[in-house]
Amino acid sequence: MAEHVILSPEDIRRSLSRIAHEIVENNPTLKDLVLVGMRTRGVPLAVRLAQRIAEFEGRGVPVGALDIGLYRDDISYLDLKPQLKPTEIPTDIAGKRVVLVDDVLFTGRSIRAALDALIDFGRPQHIQLAVLVDRGHRELPIRADYVGKNIPTARQEDVQVFLEETDGRDAVVVLPREP
Amino acid sequence: MVDQSTRGKIAAEVRPPENVELPTWERRHVLDLDDFSRQEMEQVIETADAMKEVLGREIRRVPTLRGTIVATLFYETSTRTRSSFELAAKALGADVVSVAAAASSVQKGETLVDSARTLQAIGANILVMRHRQSGAPYLVAGHVDMSVVNAGDGWHAHPTQALLDAYTIHHHLGDLRGKRVVIVGDILHSRVARSNIWGLTTMGAQVVLCGPPTLLPWGLRPGYRGNEDRALPPVEVDTDLDRAIEGADVVMALRLQLERQQAGLLPSLREYIRLYQVNEERLGRAKPNVLVMHPGPINEGLEISPEVAHGARSVIEEQVANGVAVRMALLYLLAKGR
Repeated sequence: MAEHVILSPEDIRRSLSRIAHEIVENNPTLKDLVLVGMRTRGVPLAVRLAQRIAEFEGRGVPVGALDIGLYRDDISYLDLKPQLKPTEIPTDIAGKRVVLVDDVLFTGRSIRAALDALIDFGRPQHIQLAVLVDRGHRELPIRADYVGKNIPTARQEDVQVFLEETDGRDAVVVLPREP
Repeated sequence: MVDQSTRGKIAAEVRPPENVELPTWERRHVLDLDDFSRQEMEQVIETADAMKEVLGREIRRVPTLRGTIVATLFYETSTRTRSSFELAAKALGADVVSVAAAASSVQKGETLVDSARTLQAIGANILVMRHRQSGAPYLVAGHVDMSVVNAGDGWHAHPTQALLDAYTIHHHLGDLRGKRVVIVGDILHSRVARSNIWGLTTMGAQVVLCGPPTLLPWGLRPGYRGNEDRALPPVEVDTDLDRAIEGADVVMALRLQLERQQAGLLPSLREYIRLYQVNEERLGRAKPNVLVMHPGPINEGLEISPEVAHGARSVIEEQVANGVAVRMALLYLLAKGR
């Protein structure tokens, strides 16, 4: 298994702390802030960011979980397992500043679907995007506001994020995609 | 931060990703639950949870099945099943074509298979059908490329009702294993009961059938000495409701079709009420948090007393609401799963 570790647990911890600081910096009032994690691994990332923000600023930020399965435009091409989990948005997002959180930014199609899904819940004042890894190869005009690490990759490589909460360990690895 | 040089290293301590086998969905038709695995039922229940969230929104609509056409072809009257399917399809953004046989070319002699093929020819991807003849959906499924969903065939099966019943029980009581589910009433003529027997036993519930001997299927009547190869999985049968209801987690009353008395299967409705009505007094013998269910439409005061039907333990209206979520889940899995 030719697996290359890109981010260690320590790197992930530092990246998230930096992103949390940047979010606080860019959003003068935390009162209207909502973090929304994209299932599966965006959710624990959003929770961790909220914990950091609470540590730094002494105030909690609501965290939601978004399943984009119902909004994908590529599901039938990808041989995706049709697994859905409920979306949970804890608060009315109309007029709020929403930070969407995902693990890997790739083609941008998931983010496109997430924007559609989010807007069905109301009209946020602002939507920002935070990702742990940006691996390039965008197919849509989408960019992230907060990036843990830019990783230049080949298209046929696979970037995998593992998190303690979902996988029992923290790591970001690049592996050649199975033929 | 890790510099680029880390990329070259192969980390020995890093294990390959845990092979979490996500379930796939291979099924093309939903005709009955007799061939559903436990995993498939759980997949429907889990997907329905996500659909329920959509139904709780202010705007109950997602674009998931845009471009999919769902056709309903009903040869029998129905309000809840049909409107439930139509709402489910529309909530997922699908287009719906509804054909009532009474107002269609069936009146001009078109056969069932031809009617189904016509709907396929206009582009339908999923056919939801109800027919008075047991087995009719199986015939259609053999002649079309669409997915066929059985919305009730004769006395045989009503799988989506049984799935929504399982979903409703699961929602309240969690794991169905070992739960005592008493189905009371006209089992003989009930497609709901038959599909529920399959679905609930697959989920591990203990199913008890209760009703007058004349309204039990032949193979399940007390003293039956026929072929041991029964067409149903093992269930408990009891003709005494007071005994059957003892310790029940769920009591499901079935509609008593009033024409059964004319057919000579019941001495009198008064006797039926005395022996088999689900009422407050009898519910006292069940578990304190017992769920009361009914597939509808209800004859209030006959198979179930009004106090119980509208009482605190009744989840009858919830069954109807859950029906939309469960049908959305099925349409989604059929359209996207394969």
